[in-house]
Amino acid sequence: MNILNILDEIEKTDADIYDRLSPRRKVMKDFYNAGKKISLAALPLALSSMFTKAYGQSSTTAVNDVLNFALTLEYLEYHFYNHALLGTDVTFDFPSTAARNAITTIRDHEKAHVDLLAGALGSAARPALAYTNFDFRAGGTYNADNSYASGGTFADVYTNYQTFLKVATAFEDTGVRAYKGQAPVLKGNAVLTTALQIHSVEARHASHLRQMTAAALGVGLKPWITYSANGNDTGVAPANPVYAGEQNTMQAGVEITNIAPGVTQAAAAESFDEFLTKAQVVTIANLFLKPAFRL
Amino acid sequence: MKSENVTPPTKKSLDKERYNRRKFLSALGIGAAGVSLLSSCERNDWYDQFKDNKDGATLDFKDDIGVLNYAYALEQLEAAFYTQVAANPASGFTAAQKAYFMDVQYHEIAHREFFKKALGANAIGSLEVDFSSINFSDAASVLAAAKTFEDLGVAAYNGAGVRLTTDAYLVIAGQIVSVEARHAAWVRDQISNGSFADLNDLSALGSNNSGGLDGALTPDKVLPLAANYIKTKINVINL
Repeated sequence: MNILNILDEIEKTDADIYDRLSPRRKVMKDFYNAGKKISLAALPLALSSMFTKAYGQSSTTAVNDVLNFALTLEYLEYHFYNHALLGTDVTFDFPSTAARNAITTIRDHEKAHVDLLAGALGSAARPALAYTNFDFRAGGTYNADNSYASGGTFADVYTNYQTFLKVATAFEDTGVRAYKGQAPVLKGNAVLTTALQIHSVEARHASHLRQMTAAALGVGLKPWITYSANGNDTGVAPANPVYAGEQNTMQAGVEITNIAPGVTQAAAAESFDEFLTKAQVVTIANLFLKPAFRL
Repeated sequence: MKSENVTPPTKKSLDKERYNRRKFLSALGIGAAGVSLLSSCERNDWYDQFKDNKDGATLDFKDDIGVLNYAYALEQLEAAFYTQVAANPASGFTAAQKAYFMDVQYHEIAHREFFKKALGANAIGSLEVDFSSINFSDAASVLAAAKTFEDLGVAAYNGAGVRLTTDAYLVIAGQIVSVEARHAAWVRDQISNGSFADLNDLSALGSNNSGGLDGALTPDKVLPLAANYIKTKINVINL
């Protein structure tokens, strides 16, 4: 039995075989190790088990669903920042070049994420979302030409810099929690690494936006999410669903509070970000999507 | 390939074995950094058990335990660093910076203690650190080191996640890495405001600015970098 020949054969029908196997090289090692102990007759079974492990990941459909879900969130973030930078109905001024540059940096990353995810999905990508498909006032009414008319929870999001920062912080913290929640679907898949690389960039954004928010509002908001009885340390009540559960201090059955001297309840909550389920994120995202485009 | 029925080693044979291994690795130029990558053929069951940290810690990547111990090793390093920073903060730090360094210290201690408790009997021992290259009384030196640790930590978690096979551990790793990324962004902003996610500056750690992607490094790339600050020899098997 020649493993290399088998892999060559598979490669003819599945060009991605080595990609599928490479993140799971240990499966190959397990196989070789097992080969020392089992009889030749049992080898085909062991080989089949190896491929079950490599391919026994989420279906392509499940992976694509996660990527399309992520793509929706990236469209949301991209259009939100892009409009703040370019929208003709934006009346607030950025307080400094540094502030405008930071939002530009974040906008560019979100655009890169949109392009990356849409490119990876190819024909499986969801329909593109335009700025006019969103309702960043969350419940606003719009004219026939898509210009803003009135209302919404964040009615002044593009006329009040402070409101803009509050919503931006909520979006980034949502993004961080959303990717985390979907990680198990991508387990063992090379695309997980890419998702994690996006996830930590969102966390960097969140950290910076929290510092911008703290400076602009004159509040003590930390770069990390600290303990609050309802999880929401921002004091922005409409953002409560974004922070639901962030007060948790129990991780994988281990209580973090007082796990060592000085690790207070606040430190325990700060030291682990929490995840959101897909349903929780959909509820949040739908607040900012016009009815026809809701998830 | 050694037989699995080896005679239990004596102190002398262990020393000789280690000497030979070291000689072999240094000939390859990879032992010097304090990290050795042993192929699975070199693995001895008795060696696996002989992992008291006086003679090095062994990270066996054959399963999730190895990945968690890898994270535990990195968290030990970060916690030790920030404990020293917080105990004697450089005079150049503002009160706000001192307060946040105190926060970060407790986050890293929480991570370290979490892994220690979660791993239980499977945990590697305590690592001995070497911070001789850091001037703790100089704010710039401390910030530069903090940036190195945080960016490396993010890249390490991002690169190791794909190895995890247990959903719960994968989520925990995600819960920790985003906090490390928050630290990294804050530290970077202290050095240069606006550099919180300078992905071009992270290319050595595997970032990709055109894709908006943070760093991601496999353990064999991370450990030699971390080894600059770790005295304890770290052996890696089944990677």
